[in-house]
Amino acid sequence: MQQPTKVPHYTKYHPRWFRPRVSVYWWLGQWQYLRFILRELSSVFVALTVIMTLLELRAVVQGPVAYARFQHQLAKPGVILISLISLFFVLFHTITWFNLTPRAMAVKVAGKRIPEWLVAAPNYLIWIVVSGAISLLILRG
Amino acid sequence: MGESIVLEIARYSPERDAEPHLETYEVPLRKEWVVLDALNHIKDKIDGSLTYRWSCRMGICGSCGVMVNGEPKLGCATFLSSYAGRKRVRVEPLRYFPIVRDLVTELGDFLAKLKKVKPWLIRTDGPLLREGEYLQTPEQLDDYRQLSMCINCTLCYSACPVVGLDALFVGPAAIALAQRYNKDSRDRGAKERTLILAHPDGIWGCTFVGECTRVCPQHVDPAGAIQQYKVGSALAWFEGLIMPKKRRKTEDRHGAAAD
Amino acid sequence: MLRSNEAPLWALFSTGGVVAAFLIPVHLVLFGLVFPLGWLRPPTYEHLLGILRNPLAKIYLVTLCSLPLFHWAHRFRYTLYDGLKVKHLNELIFAFCYGGAAIGTVLAVYLVWRIS
Repeated sequence: MQQPTKVPHYTKYHPRWFRPRVSVYWWLGQWQYLRFILRELSSVFVALTVIMTLLELRAVVQGPVAYARFQHQLAKPGVILISLISLFFVLFHTITWFNLTPRAMAVKVAGKRIPEWLVAAPNYLIWIVVSGAISLLILRG
Repeated sequence: MGESIVLEIARYSPERDAEPHLETYEVPLRKEWVVLDALNHIKDKIDGSLTYRWSCRMGICGSCGVMVNGEPKLGCATFLSSYAGRKRVRVEPLRYFPIVRDLVTELGDFLAKLKKVKPWLIRTDGPLLREGEYLQTPEQLDDYRQLSMCINCTLCYSACPVVGLDALFVGPAAIALAQRYNKDSRDRGAKERTLILAHPDGIWGCTFVGECTRVCPQHVDPAGAIQQYKVGSALAWFEGLIMPKKRRKTEDRHGAAAD
Repeated sequence: MLRSNEAPLWALFSTGGVVAAFLIPVHLVLFGLVFPLGWLRPPTYEHLLGILRNPLAKIYLVTLCSLPLFHWAHRFRYTLYDGLKVKHLNELIFAFCYGGAAIGTVLAVYLVWRIS
């Protein structure tokens, strides 16, 4: 029997599977993937806010002059911009975290799993109350 | 003849092609036609060499999964009319799987992973089968019923980027099915499954993208099942830390360390 | 080493995620935007110092800084693994992420301890 001249690598008993490769930019290919990566990157802005808090703490440790200087630095337009971007991502984290919590915790009452929104809703309520309490504590005086 | 719609279908012949390419086919746009009807039409009337899997054409066998415009879908449950406004509908084999031919994916790796999590009732103690059935309350049934709806269509694997990135990742359906048996009151196999599940290639590989749940045609929630297992594992780890004696017992159910 | 530690690391990630979700926004809004933009008068130095002398405030601040950093460490580690396909740099990424979180924790403890 005549064999065709240009035979690609062919295994006799085994079909040659095509194995697609995943691009490094896979997360750009689909809106849901991009949203996921942005959700994960929100942690970078959480870390940035922690760094800001640590610097603020250092300024307080160093004394009134350093504290005033740090306040001044936080008011620079570039820093304000970073804070604004951070706020977007930090809120993104809070909202996605609260909304995904009920998926990870199947809360049951009297043998029945209660609806997801009922697990998520108290989080928002507590969030508002806690934020208000912290603001009052810092602002008073 | 009425309206028609153009399908771009990925073709791959292991004998001829180095990689898949798209070919276009024009098919009638009938109101009641699904993607699978279009594929059958092409195979009957246009090109008999088109290769794809299908069986029940009613969303229960799980064999006709394909990517439709980049989304994992069951061919038999995706109406052409919902793409009527588009110029073209692109049909490709399910993502992240090796391609055998045209739209046929290689399932060996998936089936091996599925088997590894022992998705069956494990029970060595208790009454023998001939002494009657194991009784279960409706609440106990509710614990796992939704997870038992899985039809092994592998759409969730095509939705999950971790499956594509990490060849060893056990994957959504297999973990969800493991949980289906872990949550079954008749089952005693949770400890055996721990070795596979509480492992970097098991639940810890999952980053909760959540796409598996979104594309599931059976409304199973693999992402939720995996996160719940993570919570259980973390709690079991802490319990083991505080009360080492109790460790073995809680690990039986959730499994903390994979050491 | 990296294999069997996933459960406690995930626990740190998730508790850190909870702390970050509830507490980080208000701190960012107040100190990053409201005070610098002059919408409200920032607390005086003495007032802030007074709050920080309270041991509960010290514990609060260490928690606020430490756990969200461990949350970041976990998420950032996996984002690098998957987003850049660099899982082969596992040890390096692991050291960078958790090392960073540990340094941040030590700094927070040191700073609140310095306040007297």
